[in-house]
Amino acid sequence: MDKRLERILPRVQKPARYVGGEYNEVQKDKRDVDVRFAFCFPDTYEIGMSNLGFRILYAVMNDLPGVWCERAFAPWTDMEAQMRAAGVPLYALESGDPVGGFDIIGFSVGYEMAYTAMLNMLELSGVPLRSAQRPSLAPLVVAGGTAMYNPEPVADFIDLALIGEGEEQLPELIALYRRAKGEGWDKPRFLRAAAGIGGVYVPSLYEISYNLDGTVSAITPQEGAPERVYKRAVSDMDRSRFPTKTIVPSTEIVHDRVTLELFRGCIRGCRFCQAGYVYRPVRCRSRELLARYGQEAIEDSGYQEMTLSSLSTSDYPELAGLCDDLAAFCGKNHVNLSLPSLRADSFSMELMERLQRGRKAGLTFAPEAGTQRLRDAINKNVTEEDLTASLRTAFAGGWSAVKLYFMLGLPTETDEDVLGIAEMANRAVHTWREYASNKNRPLRLTVSTSWFVPKPFTAFQWEAQIPREEYERRVKLLREAITAKAVTYNWHDGETSFLEAVLARGDRRLCAVLEEAHRRGARLDAWSDCFDLNRWLEAFSACGLDPAFYANRERSRDEVLPWSTISCYVSEDFLWRQRELAYASVTTPDCRTRCSGCGANVVEGGECYHG
Amino acid sequence: MGKLRLLFAKEGRAVYISHLDLMRTLQRVFLREGVALRHSQGFHPHPVLSIALPLSVGQSSRCEILDFETLEDLEGEELVRRLNRSLPEGLLARSCYVPVWPVRELEKLQCRVELLYDAGVRAGAAEAVKDLLSRESVVIRKRTKRKAMAELDIRPLLHSLEVREELGALALEAVVSAQNPGLNPALLAAAVEAHLPDLAPDFVRVRRLEALDKRGETFR
Repeated sequence: MDKRLERILPRVQKPARYVGGEYNEVQKDKRDVDVRFAFCFPDTYEIGMSNLGFRILYAVMNDLPGVWCERAFAPWTDMEAQMRAAGVPLYALESGDPVGGFDIIGFSVGYEMAYTAMLNMLELSGVPLRSAQRPSLAPLVVAGGTAMYNPEPVADFIDLALIGEGEEQLPELIALYRRAKGEGWDKPRFLRAAAGIGGVYVPSLYEISYNLDGTVSAITPQEGAPERVYKRAVSDMDRSRFPTKTIVPSTEIVHDRVTLELFRGCIRGCRFCQAGYVYRPVRCRSRELLARYGQEAIEDSGYQEMTLSSLSTSDYPELAGLCDDLAAFCGKNHVNLSLPSLRADSFSMELMERLQRGRKAGLTFAPEAGTQRLRDAINKNVTEEDLTASLRTAFAGGWSAVKLYFMLGLPTETDEDVLGIAEMANRAVHTWREYASNKNRPLRLTVSTSWFVPKPFTAFQWEAQIPREEYERRVKLLREAITAKAVTYNWHDGETSFLEAVLARGDRRLCAVLEEAHRRGARLDAWSDCFDLNRWLEAFSACGLDPAFYANRERSRDEVLPWSTISCYVSEDFLWRQRELAYASVTTPDCRTRCSGCGANVVEGGECYHG
Repeated sequence: MGKLRLLFAKEGRAVYISHLDLMRTLQRVFLREGVALRHSQGFHPHPVLSIALPLSVGQSSRCEILDFETLEDLEGEELVRRLNRSLPEGLLARSCYVPVWPVRELEKLQCRVELLYDAGVRAGAAEAVKDLLSRESVVIRKRTKRKAMAELDIRPLLHSLEVREELGALALEAVVSAQNPGLNPALLAAAVEAHLPDLAPDFVRVRRLEALDKRGETFR
């Protein structure tokens, strides 16, 4: 171990997260390796190691002969200060080698608030932040993940973005890189060639021009770059890699368990949900394979908890059967099965009852809106009767801790909708009084609201986020309407959601703001103890930009959206129609009931949902 | 069904695994190898695993002791082989056997404390340290579990000491009390810092070498 590192580790919290060496970490002989990939997660070890996509791609890349994929995470503030003071650059956990010396530095970016952590990790690696300041091929800086559906706010920093799922695309990119390295290509030549790989977006090959009002007037591809970059998606989940032999951290992480990925995509089509649109179409893994993977992953890791993961697990066609398949093995080995999210329907509740042997932990439901009208508008096809029936089963079955999640500031929301949340909470308390099997255990009902953030590639991508004062007024309105003692009301602080709304639909001019905010100390903005909105507001004014232009402005149908070069196959016309239906409070049936023609079916060759 | 004792080393990158995380890690290692452990009775059964003397984060050891009970009779050597293929880097099973002596008989620890000096060791440093730790009493201030400061005389807990000068370091080889109460060997360095500020080291490495019984014989 590096002597300087040995000196600083005793001075930081939880040093185990900075050393690697975990069970199943991949070690390779450097003499057999010609492409070294530093896989960077712009958040802490505990968050990054909980990310299934990160683990899948780690396995996919390390499967490739001659390629060594190693991990790096954002250091917590104490470690960062020690590293800077001791002159220790960001290093990869497997070899301990500095990230700056790798061939490719790849970021997995799931959310906008991680952007400054990206910049900070580059800075800690001693790598110039801007692509234009890095003339040579190595290190090549690439980024993928859900946030990269709109890569414009980081366009000047990365050399290229990988749009969609990475299992097939990353090996193609690495193969091209190997060729470029072997034949001594310069970076521009490599980038021009890379733009020919499906799903690769090279920002420097697109020229952006602006109107006087600040909106984008045109995006012009240069040097043969494609007009549109289509996302990549795995078509057959049974042939996509699921790592059953995966790193088991020696220190506790956020999701310290086996995550079994049942399917990708979601049939529901909630109009606010970016994941619901960009991961279309639904692609399931077969039940037999899942049962085998689940058992192998438990046996290899020694975990005693497994979560059945997807965007909407109760929509897996053979969920009950899969649970049966897993039950014998899990029962014998004291493995708990858990579901990440619950739909408020009877099927989900029955399943919950079966899975939760003895232990009645809290239940979480997300009705998202307080009235049927607004739930219809956002296409959250859950009725109050569904919820009441679920709660009845839960309370009768002995559950007493229930959380209800809502959003404030959804398009078309009125005060009546806000007050509807309080009424739902009150009715839930009534249901408990009527049906609770054990009234000696007091009811703990938590109502949480977040502030709606309009995202690209959703039906609400043209919407304005409501102003902060209005959001705070609605919070106050709801707070005063919730009277029952058993109900705790939590609301998101608005500052983070405001910045998220700015960055989510930002354009390339935000790169300067990001750089400035980072210079002023922004790092781990996803963490409230590190986040400071003032720093950002100062950065905006230093760059002469108005954050409200991005967050609080309604876009017109014909505006050139900054992310319009990129496509997740769901057509803009479809999204616009969904928006119009929202304003009419008309629902769209789920993909299993009827295809609504979003356009995503090309991934599976024309036919979308089967099963 | 059998009580077993595992002697293992904790070195390299594994020295940063905290006691709590180590317990979790060891539980998973047994599960990976399909070794069924006896569980506690009660509402939340958990495997009965017990580490004789928790080790501070950052210290290395070649003599950690773990007691546990398996549900079936297992051969020690075979178990060592299986555990070693499932342990993370830096944790090494050395031997596994049916314990004879209870853990309370583990009275002393032989350990090595390295005081590192980046600018080299001053002349006479070894003697000064030896003299300090040979005094009748060596009082240091130490933070208690309740976060208050308390004075502690470490001298009665130090049973033997050798000080050698090495390249850029003073190596203290000491035998200290293991428990009831025990002495964290890092406090030997703290004593040097407190009483010989000129000899305050730039860095301290601590390593447990051997577990001893009251007669100073190897404890197993």
